[in-house]
Amino acid sequence: MSAASDSPLLDVRQLRVSFAGKEVVHGIDFQLKAGEKLALVGESGSGKTVSALSLLRLVPDAQYGGSALFAGLEDVADKTPRDLLALPERQLRGVRGREIAMIFQEPMTALNPLLTVGEQIAEVLQLKKGLAKEQSWLDAIELIAKTGIPEPERRARSYPHQLSGGQRQRAMIAMALACRPRLLLADEPTTALDVTLRGQILDLLSQLQRDNGMAVLLITHDLHLVRRFADRVAVMENGHIVEQGPVADVFAAPQHPYTRRLLDSVPTRDVIETAAQPGTPALLEARGLQVSYPVPRPGLRGWFGRDRFVAVRGADLRLQAGRTLGVVGESGSGKSTLALAALGLLPSSGMLEVAGGHWGEGRVQDRRLRQRIQVVFQDPFSSLSPRMTVGEIVGEGLRVHQPGLEAAAREARVRAILAEVGMAEAQFPGLLDRYPHAFSGGQRQRIAVARALIVEPELLVLDEPTSALDVTIQKQVLGLLQRLQKQRGLAYLLITHDVDVVRAMAHDVIAMRHGEIVEAGPVAQVLEAPRHPYTRQLVAAAGG
Amino acid sequence: MSSLTDVPGAAGQGQHRSGALKDAALSVSPGRRAWQRFRRNRLGYWSLVVFCVLVVLSLGAELLSNDRPLVVRYEGKTYFPIVRDYPETVFGGDFQTPTDYLDPFIRERLSKDGNWALYPLNPYGPKTLNYFAKSPNPSAPTRDNWLGTDDRGRDLLAQLIYGFRVSVLFALALTAVGVVLGVITGAIQGYFGGKTDLAFQRFIEIWGSMPELYLLIIFSAIFAPSISLLLILLSLFGWMGLSDYVRAEFLRNRQLDYVKAARALGVSNLDIIRRHILPNSMTPVVTFLPFRMSAAILALTSLDFLGLGVPPGTPSLGELLNQGKGSIDAWWISLSTFMVLVVTLLLLTFMGDALRDALDPRKAHA
Repeated sequence: MSAASDSPLLDVRQLRVSFAGKEVVHGIDFQLKAGEKLALVGESGSGKTVSALSLLRLVPDAQYGGSALFAGLEDVADKTPRDLLALPERQLRGVRGREIAMIFQEPMTALNPLLTVGEQIAEVLQLKKGLAKEQSWLDAIELIAKTGIPEPERRARSYPHQLSGGQRQRAMIAMALACRPRLLLADEPTTALDVTLRGQILDLLSQLQRDNGMAVLLITHDLHLVRRFADRVAVMENGHIVEQGPVADVFAAPQHPYTRRLLDSVPTRDVIETAAQPGTPALLEARGLQVSYPVPRPGLRGWFGRDRFVAVRGADLRLQAGRTLGVVGESGSGKSTLALAALGLLPSSGMLEVAGGHWGEGRVQDRRLRQRIQVVFQDPFSSLSPRMTVGEIVGEGLRVHQPGLEAAAREARVRAILAEVGMAEAQFPGLLDRYPHAFSGGQRQRIAVARALIVEPELLVLDEPTSALDVTIQKQVLGLLQRLQKQRGLAYLLITHDVDVVRAMAHDVIAMRHGEIVEAGPVAQVLEAPRHPYTRQLVAAAGG
Repeated sequence: MSSLTDVPGAAGQGQHRSGALKDAALSVSPGRRAWQRFRRNRLGYWSLVVFCVLVVLSLGAELLSNDRPLVVRYEGKTYFPIVRDYPETVFGGDFQTPTDYLDPFIRERLSKDGNWALYPLNPYGPKTLNYFAKSPNPSAPTRDNWLGTDDRGRDLLAQLIYGFRVSVLFALALTAVGVVLGVITGAIQGYFGGKTDLAFQRFIEIWGSMPELYLLIIFSAIFAPSISLLLILLSLFGWMGLSDYVRAEFLRNRQLDYVKAARALGVSNLDIIRRHILPNSMTPVVTFLPFRMSAAILALTSLDFLGLGVPPGTPSLGELLNQGKGSIDAWWISLSTFMVLVVTLLLLTFMGDALRDALDPRKAHA
């Protein structure tokens, strides 16, 4: 037994994965001992998820090379390692869920919406352990209780949509642990959750890992999680593991330049520090701003009328030229609704003044306002029309606001603004005729910024401008936004859930929860000495 | 430092390494990429090619199958009977009536010393009655009538060629009208939503529950049957299915960020619909085009079969099928009409399958 504990539970050697002849994982090696927590970090497209899924041969249409020796097979008496990549499909099916379990990023899609949570866990127990129906139900409740869901007996009878996001992820974990696997593959288990929940789920995973003595392979892009959770870390870039070692060593003295860049990706603050000047007029001012929209009443009553859901309740804010107002909050806090109202895309009540005007005073006035306030959205993949060229996308604002401009002059302006956001023609030949699919996420976000800037607005609404981007790209885009603010004296209304981003960008902060502003003030004051318990929670979670 | 990190370094360089190879593909529009995927589906691509060849050939049906010669050289002069009528007297006949070029007498005159006539491949038009057939009507395939004749002595091959042309042109027109109407109504419902959508939806439900066939019977009793009447009547009902798909696409696309960004820029509703949403909502429209065409061909055929379709005398596949049913012994009528229909519909279906795969959003990034 002592010899066995030294030999690895999982020994991956020269793992290669390719799709239709295109190799995406180029021969990676790593070992995982029983009871060890290894984190596989990398940015999107680095091959980390594919590598993990390959261990169970769960990647459709993929060809595998190398070997993945797993020593924990139950039906192999002497526990000699077997190669998972060479195991017959029938035998591998037994391994999935019983010896190696998985949890996914989005629990809502990983759970069957038509079965109660308890039924789904019980089904796993019946299938994999051959338990009787009653026994499996009792065990399921016990598992649910272990994952810290209150009222486990009642919750076992709930359907996935009746649980909150955090509870769903807990239910997923309960299901994964049903058969006491020797190895748990956790693929971005907290990415879909709000920051305050992430820590709780990680703590739960740590605790269960200790209790069960299983090994965990955590796949993530979030370095905070790695630091908090893992024993060892392997850094992946473009299908290679560029560095691996104990977490403390790698974080303290990263060897590979990519690791260094990854660790260095916490956004840095580089803005003109000015105090708010009470005398100067505000670019954006709201007092008692209220935004609500109709929602159908539940059941039959929905036929006869609608209720109004109040998404923003009595918000006061003030933003001056050249400054950034950060709005933090979790999903559902109403921060994005606030942004749409400021843009005049949602009807609102209460006082809202944008650059000295108000929305809805007439077509011509509205159009003039639109030139002064522009927006950059979160997802660079859905914010650019896939069927328009870059030239058409960026030039559209000019077409609307300066219809008299000649085509050649318009093209020159488009090129100039693209160069200003770091997309020069020299670097991307034929830039204006390309379609968005030819660009990476960060490049698309630059194009989106160019589209907003070309009409020369004074105020830019940034709705989670970097949360869909990889950390190193995020830092670049934030740097761009900081530079543009300095050069053009732009005001930013920055909507984000990421306290790090606010810390780097904002002059003032407001924290929102359930449609209400719970705390507002200068950034130093709110982030260093938060008064409201919710703000404290947010800041603590981000620091974690 | 910040001015350096600010340039898209990491991602940009990564792209550049593989960039040289991909450069040509970068400025390819999504539509072109779909076309490239379509071309890779060989069955669908060749179906399209064959179908286009057939349509082009049938558009020049007068050159292929006609009862007049293309060119006649008669006593030192050149005549073009295919574009002009000549009385029989020109070719040594006795009457002022237009020449019947199938008449053995005329044929003889045209082949005498130095005279010649270039006949089309199949020397019969769709309405030509073969008075000189050697067997009674309907005649089985012979050397004169390659696919035989129908019960009135008209050449079957000629009828099939012209009937195919009528069917395809009718289907194209019906599809085009249906697409235009469907896209416009779907776009209005989907983009404006709310009460507009609700009103339109109820209207479509009422309109859609009208008995189409009864209306056709009633109208064909009131008006003289004609292709344009059929086109109008079928168009009145043909747009609804498509309009639902376009509406759903618009409902989905109008809340995407690029539409919000366009609204924030102050782009007008019409421009948003035209430039932003419509190009991104055409996938179901294009996917359904071949299937709609085959449905239109089938509709025309079945109406003709029932006698509610094109006016008598118009070459029509449905009418031929009806004849085949009437004279069941004349197997060549039903069999060859059936083959034409099967091949046409199969080609359209193969094209539709290939288009659907090419436009499948799940394969769009492959």
